[in-house]
Amino acid sequence: MKDIVEIRWHGRGGQGAKTASLLLADAAFNTGKYVQGFPEYGPERMGAPITAYNRISSERITVHSNIYEPDYVVVVDETLLSAVNVTAGLKKGGAIVINSHKTPEEVRPLLKGYEGKVCTIDAGKISEEELGKNFPNTPMLAAIVKVSGVVEEQEFIKDMEGSFQHKFASKPQMIDGNMRALKRSMKEVQIG
Amino acid sequence: MGIRERLSGNEAVAYAMKQINPDVMGAYPITPSTEIPQYFSAYVDNGEVDTEFIAVESEHSAMSTCIGAQAAGARAISATSSCGLCYMTEMLYVAASDRLPITLAVSCRALSGPININNDHSDAMGVRDTGWLMLFAENNQEAYDNYLQAMRIGEAVSLPIMICQDGFITSHAIENIELVETEKVKEFVGKYEPQHFLLKKDEPMSVGAYATSVYYMEAKRQQAQAMIDAKEVIKKVGAEFGKITGRTYGLIETYEMEDAEEAILIIGSSAGTAKEAIQELRAQNKKVGLIKIRSFRPFPSEEIAEALKHVKAFAAMDKDDSFNAHCGPIYAETCAALYAAGIHEPKGINYIYGLGGRDVRVESIQHVFAELEKIVQTGDTGETYRYLEVRE
Repeated sequence: MKDIVEIRWHGRGGQGAKTASLLLADAAFNTGKYVQGFPEYGPERMGAPITAYNRISSERITVHSNIYEPDYVVVVDETLLSAVNVTAGLKKGGAIVINSHKTPEEVRPLLKGYEGKVCTIDAGKISEEELGKNFPNTPMLAAIVKVSGVVEEQEFIKDMEGSFQHKFASKPQMIDGNMRALKRSMKEVQIG
Repeated sequence: MGIRERLSGNEAVAYAMKQINPDVMGAYPITPSTEIPQYFSAYVDNGEVDTEFIAVESEHSAMSTCIGAQAAGARAISATSSCGLCYMTEMLYVAASDRLPITLAVSCRALSGPININNDHSDAMGVRDTGWLMLFAENNQEAYDNYLQAMRIGEAVSLPIMICQDGFITSHAIENIELVETEKVKEFVGKYEPQHFLLKKDEPMSVGAYATSVYYMEAKRQQAQAMIDAKEVIKKVGAEFGKITGRTYGLIETYEMEDAEEAILIIGSSAGTAKEAIQELRAQNKKVGLIKIRSFRPFPSEEIAEALKHVKAFAAMDKDDSFNAHCGPIYAETCAALYAAGIHEPKGINYIYGLGGRDVRVESIQHVFAELEKIVQTGDTGETYRYLEVRE
């Protein structure tokens, strides 16, 4: 089997799940990997469930299909748990990371008998406290990196600092907030 | 050694445009190609290119703008998708018959109805007889590489060229890519120095004139000859591109075809998915292979016949339907190629697949090979006109 990690993101239109998948692709790319980051497009509208995907590998990736048996699933919006079968095809040896204030034990019953690792992170709270707004992207990205190990942690932190400095060149106050959110998320993600 | 980057297919094409710095872009936005003129207009606004960007009110006008500019002696480009390409159709014929080597990036998308924004090849295949050269890309790298070769090819035979990629599947997917240094790009693409053009003051000329029946057919025969001549040009430019990048291109790419008994012919991003499927089947000792058509116009009939002559069965994969109660265009042209070459042995079927963004998986391709295996075993081709993975 090929050395490849496949990740599926679930979010709602406008929450930035697509952006988060592209950021993860960026972070993995910067550590020398082959990457894919792509959204599944439907009629675009705010609030509708959307899916985005990542493939990360040390070899060139030729497949251009969606991902049906992911190693990891990231759920950016907890309300999707009752609307979308988020664990469909998710490998037992993998994990699901959910944006929630609940513990993994509290969330597990909602996951249709999924037997793998269940992780939760209160990305909304972290984002509110560190950035003053509900931008769950950065903490969710940090949590999936922590849980999956697709990118080495210290390398990831260093790389993201560079990205934020570039991205927020005109809004430097955002750099520290995002970095704090990132590091907090890596510490606070609960693995159950 | 090239620049390691990660870009979406649309970004890659816009970046190629920036490196080439053409004279005029006439464009009107439509999903999923919108990002191309969007990124490019930012390059224009930032002064990174000195292209004249002409925002128009429709695709018909976008192509008209390109025709005017190219006839005047400029390098003109545009980008579009789906019904935008349909709306250009009238002017696509004018561009080709006026022998204007315009470059058009197409992020392929389905046509209505039902209304759908996702990928298939209905738009590009719908204009396949307009007289344009048409290259298709498997991934962002090929979309970029094809774009860098486009002007060399089009200008050598005085025909316009479409650089097609799969909407969303590659146009919106971030993937690794190796970019060519801008100096090398400029040297490779060269300057556009047309022999005849409207602004050549010592040589007054007319473009788009009326031709009576006495002349019309000769003009068309010359156009046909240019398309025939393009085959060698595409190979020559692809080989030269290989010398500077290590990535050599021809009219088709064959994959595991040396001893293949069953083969599929396919265009675009699903070729990559098929390669994975073939690797898995080869691991089970199945003799399966792939012919990826890079150049659909000109159609590489001899090359395809040569690649297919020893296979027992093949499936031509069409990501659109001709609605002729018979088959899609790749199947039709492949069968014509085999017949013309006097090859009658391979049994061939046609699959219409991936319409409106229907996902094409490794398993989808393996199903096609399983059907081919059955045909080889039983000797019975069965229905040749098939739909892949459809609910009926």
